[in-house]
Amino acid sequence: MIKKVYAKIVSIEKIAKETMKMVLENEHISQFAKPGQFVHIKVADHTLRRPISIAETNVETNTFTILFKTVGSGTRRLASYEAGEYLDLLGPNGTGFPLDRVEENDVILLIGGGIGVPPVYFLAKELTRLNVNVHAILGFQSKDYVFYEEEFKQWNDVTIVTDDGSYGKKGFVTDYVHDINGIDRYFACGPLPMLKAVKEELEGVEGYLSFEERMGCGIGACYACVIPTNTKDKYKKICQDGPVLHANEVKL
Amino acid sequence: MIDLSVSLPGLELKNPVMPASGCFGFGREYSQFYDLSVLGAVIMKAATGTERLGNPTPRVAETASGMLNAIGLQNPGVDRIIAEEIPFLRQFHIPIIANVAGSTVEEYEEVAKKLSKVEDLAAIELNISCPNVKEGGIQFGIDPDMAAEVTKRVKAVTSVPVYVKLSPNVTDIVQMAKAIEAAGADGLTMINTLTGMKIDLKTKKPLIANKTGGLSGPAIKPVAIRMIYEVRKHTSLPIIGMGGIQTAEDVLEFLLAGANAVAVGTANFQNPYVCPEIIQHLPIVLERYGFHSVKEATGGAHR
Repeated sequence: MIKKVYAKIVSIEKIAKETMKMVLENEHISQFAKPGQFVHIKVADHTLRRPISIAETNVETNTFTILFKTVGSGTRRLASYEAGEYLDLLGPNGTGFPLDRVEENDVILLIGGGIGVPPVYFLAKELTRLNVNVHAILGFQSKDYVFYEEEFKQWNDVTIVTDDGSYGKKGFVTDYVHDINGIDRYFACGPLPMLKAVKEELEGVEGYLSFEERMGCGIGACYACVIPTNTKDKYKKICQDGPVLHANEVKL
Repeated sequence: MIDLSVSLPGLELKNPVMPASGCFGFGREYSQFYDLSVLGAVIMKAATGTERLGNPTPRVAETASGMLNAIGLQNPGVDRIIAEEIPFLRQFHIPIIANVAGSTVEEYEEVAKKLSKVEDLAAIELNISCPNVKEGGIQFGIDPDMAAEVTKRVKAVTSVPVYVKLSPNVTDIVQMAKAIEAAGADGLTMINTLTGMKIDLKTKKPLIANKTGGLSGPAIKPVAIRMIYEVRKHTSLPIIGMGGIQTAEDVLEFLLAGANAVAVGTANFQNPYVCPEIIQHLPIVLERYGFHSVKEATGGAHR
């Protein structure tokens, strides 16, 4: 259930180039958020809230983590908040990664691109509760942008890929998906061209994609963030039906 | 005791605050935050003759003190709105206003006719001012003769009061209002969004896929106030005012300019509770500025 809450900033730090990590305290979000869901954050002096994926929750400390890239004036302002301040946010919003069809011993591929990595991390952690084989392929622009390699390594096998080869393997995430044998299902989050390429490369494998789009209300009322689908409704709302959608239902 | 009630054609409002069309869907999403029965009324998202899928994305962009949108009238079509959405809204026992859009006069007639037969539908808001669709909408809203024609034709086929939504994208708003009044409209809602554009410095292209979008939010409030003030001077039609309202003080400003009631749009995105919060604060603000009722404040700037 989405609630409007005030969450206290516990810490904020830069973890990679243009990439911030913020830990917030709020019981509602930390208790109810599922991997793939997001919070819709009000940023001072800005009309529209900013949708940011949840990267981790901790039910013992009532905290949750968000990672965001400082790409525009809204996220730059968000990066200037300090520990102890409160953020007005809605959450948890959207429909996350479905885990109901995951079976024991499944080979699961997680794919994250850039700032699409955080929700995939939340999922990786969640999957440790199930007895499955998880492999993660994470793509970044270059070495300076890489984050969360060590964090992922706690839970599963990780391949880091950079566009220019300045860290890990060179190329795109799709160049390495076939290194993993017998994939039963995959979950991916990242920029649209990456999601498109992943869908094509893994044609025939059950997959779920998490999308990013400019949003208005963030709760399904304004129809700003729709995506065409093959379903009866012909479209889905990314903020409400998504951001995670079945790869076969979306028209990319 | 401050009297918030307002009586307008087809609309017995317990308070003058309602969500604006297109910013509130059909109420479902906001009903998870509060009981919609506190609202003065509700204006539904636009209905067209058949389903519309709207424009490509991105459909929204932020601007200084506002936003641009070009949704493109996405809606499931009038039949499904009648079958699925109105029954949901009925449970709140507040006046329901349907926003009617179309590409042709015939489509406006057809949609309005179907809606006016729905039990409990309080009024129609005739959307002749959507700037975001290629066909229909805006051309009816910028030509006084066409605006009068569509108003007259819709009035002839409906039994509920018709409020015509004015576009600010005109040279002479008073001329539009007068033409619509002469054509038999029961009221006006104003203003719709102002056509604008934002260019992305990285791609060097318009950010919104439709290229242009409608500007809303606090940035347009002074334009709305000025236009309502001018129209109030020249027509006696009731006015539901809108354009950048965020607070109860803003509501009072609209009332003083000449609005009888108000609608809140973009502010719902910032704060889902904005309508109930404004309703709660309105008596305090009216009292602070020496008013005993909403009716007393309406047109105050003209006295």
